[in-house]
Amino acid sequence: MTLRDTLALSFRTVASYRTRSLLIVLAMALGVAAVVVLTALGDGARRYVVGQFSSLGSNLIFVLPGRAETSGGFPGAALGQTPRDLTLEDARFIGRLPQVRRMAPLNVGEAELTYGGRLREVTVLGSTAELLPIRNMRLSQGSFLASGSERSAQIVLGSTLAREFFPDGEAVGRRVRLGDNRFRVSGVLAPQGEAMGFNSDEIAIIPVDYAQEMFNTNSLFRILIEARSRSGIEPAKAAISHLLKQRHEGEEDVTVITQDAILATFDRILRALTLGVAGIAAISLAVAGILVMNVMLVAVAQRTAEIGLLKALGAPAADIRRLFFAEALWLSLAGGAIGYVLGNAGAWAIRLAYPQLPAWPPAWASAAGIATAVATGIIASLLPAARAARLDPVLALSGK
Amino acid sequence: MIRLSAITRLFRMGDQEVRALNGIDLDIASGEYVSIMGPSGSGKSTLLNVIGLLDRPDSGRYELDGTDVTDLSETERARVRREKIGFVFQSFHLVPRLTAAENIELPLMLEGVDPAERKARVDAALDAFDLGDRARHRPPELSGGQRQRVAIARATILRPTALLADEPTGNLDHRIGAEVMALLEGLHHAGTTLIVVTHDRELGARAHRHIAMRDGEIVADEK
Ligand SMILES: Nc1ncnc2c1ncn2[C@@H]1O[C@H](COP(=O)(O)OP(=O)(O)OP(=O)(O)O)[C@@H](O)[C@H]1O
Ligand SMILES: [Mg+2]
Repeated sequence: MTLRDTLALSFRTVASYRTRSLLIVLAMALGVAAVVVLTALGDGARRYVVGQFSSLGSNLIFVLPGRAETSGGFPGAALGQTPRDLTLEDARFIGRLPQVRRMAPLNVGEAELTYGGRLREVTVLGSTAELLPIRNMRLSQGSFLASGSERSAQIVLGSTLAREFFPDGEAVGRRVRLGDNRFRVSGVLAPQGEAMGFNSDEIAIIPVDYAQEMFNTNSLFRILIEARSRSGIEPAKAAISHLLKQRHEGEEDVTVITQDAILATFDRILRALTLGVAGIAAISLAVAGILVMNVMLVAVAQRTAEIGLLKALGAPAADIRRLFFAEALWLSLAGGAIGYVLGNAGAWAIRLAYPQLPAWPPAWASAAGIATAVATGIIASLLPAARAARLDPVLALSGK
Repeated sequence: MIRLSAITRLFRMGDQEVRALNGIDLDIASGEYVSIMGPSGSGKSTLLNVIGLLDRPDSGRYELDGTDVTDLSETERARVRREKIGFVFQSFHLVPRLTAAENIELPLMLEGVDPAERKARVDAALDAFDLGDRARHRPPELSGGQRQRVAIARATILRPTALLADEPTGNLDHRIGAEVMALLEGLHHAGTTLIVVTHDRELGARAHRHIAMRDGEIVADEK
């Protein structure tokens, strides 16, 4: 029997046992759809996080005080030393490195913002003019901290704060009180919403010196650095580490991490998560496989006389085996295809419901889902096909 | 040509042993028309199954067209069945999902004949068996006589040397049964060896050689 005839004949069989076939196809389709939808979700989450993190800026390097070590902590701790501060001086030296395009020191704290009768606790960032381009922030009114303005009492408000305190929209030029100091509003940030769990619409930004004074600290919370190019990130990182080690008397007591490294970590974790989720969904395909096997076994029992007839007509065992394989192949191919369509429809519905989430099923997952369905179907048909091929023709003809 | 020597076939049912065939010696020449008769359980069907290579004897030798087919592998037996044997059953054994034409086409498919030639041969067979207007009907839509005609067309489409019919008229009324027998006899006239198992004395008598069986043995063999 030729392959074409085998496929055609088994297709006729599958098509004529409508309910039975629909049941199997549905089970297969749901399994494949689950793989497609869940990987779309997983991969969508990955893209979302990576996208959000990328939107913070590009070619970024972060310097944190203290050494992030997996064990042992700060090496000097045993000698009763505390980690050295990361100072504004350090930041200025970094800013002068040729590998660095821009640098913004950062202090973070909480303070009370008051104007007129209003009063509110806000998150305060202390930084410099460079923060705006490094963090890809935009202004809706006025100007940002002027460069070299560290000693002038300016404040930039997040869009929500500005709206709350100045419902008339006239914020620029007003004098507000933050903690014990008075500041002149120089600008208002454009609304940007939340990024990485940080809502820049509800912050106030002041020059870093004022922040250090207000929070009574000499140590920076972070230094944000932008390298000159993507390929310049690693050299810049090395230069920064080297510089800070020199300035800190040979101690490596700061952590320098690149945006790329953090991105890669997120990417890895979320990819692993997606893979795990896909694996769980694939288990439902195995269940579908068991269903296929059972239904095929029933089919062999139902069609015993027919198998006997094929044998009497001179069909070799191999032909009969192939006919049953081909049936399983058709069923699982149909299941895979329908599941693929269902899954993509599901992913589309998710994208519709959550426009921020780029829930596109990755190609590998769809391919793996369909391949698993087909492989499961064929494996599940091994036993029934072998059983059919082994039937004794005389007994089979009499339906036993 | 069929030559059976000392063929036995045992069935074991629990601790009981049935000798369905008990030392059968039988020669049937090409082109003969043989009827096999005998009481129920005498081994007629078993004999036909052994001749048709559907069943294997427990001992004895079987020579078909000059070659020993006793010890052929299962695949080779399938090929011999396909090429040399045509079966006609009491219960027709048509595939219910397939049309009359498709049922007749099955052996050609198994043989790997290409579709264009298949169609030509099936059309010819439909005409020869007066089924032209039933080609696209499925078995449930056919009468008993039509079903058996489809089965005979299917059994002969590959031009077997021997046609083995096990009570081919058993499920048909007398008149239709006689028509089917006439059809089989026509094939015999065209040169096919025809072996018919039947309970019907009248039909059995039409054969040119009459074999009677009892308890797995041939008790009479008259020409
Ligand atoms: N698969 C089997 N298992 C056990 N015994 C069997 C089997 N097939 C046939 N027999 C026995 O072998 C004997 C011969 O059976 P067979 O079917 O050849 O008889 P038969 O002459 O065709 O009878 P009938 O006219 O009723 O069709 C019977 O006793 C039957 O019970
Ligand atoms: Mg019988």
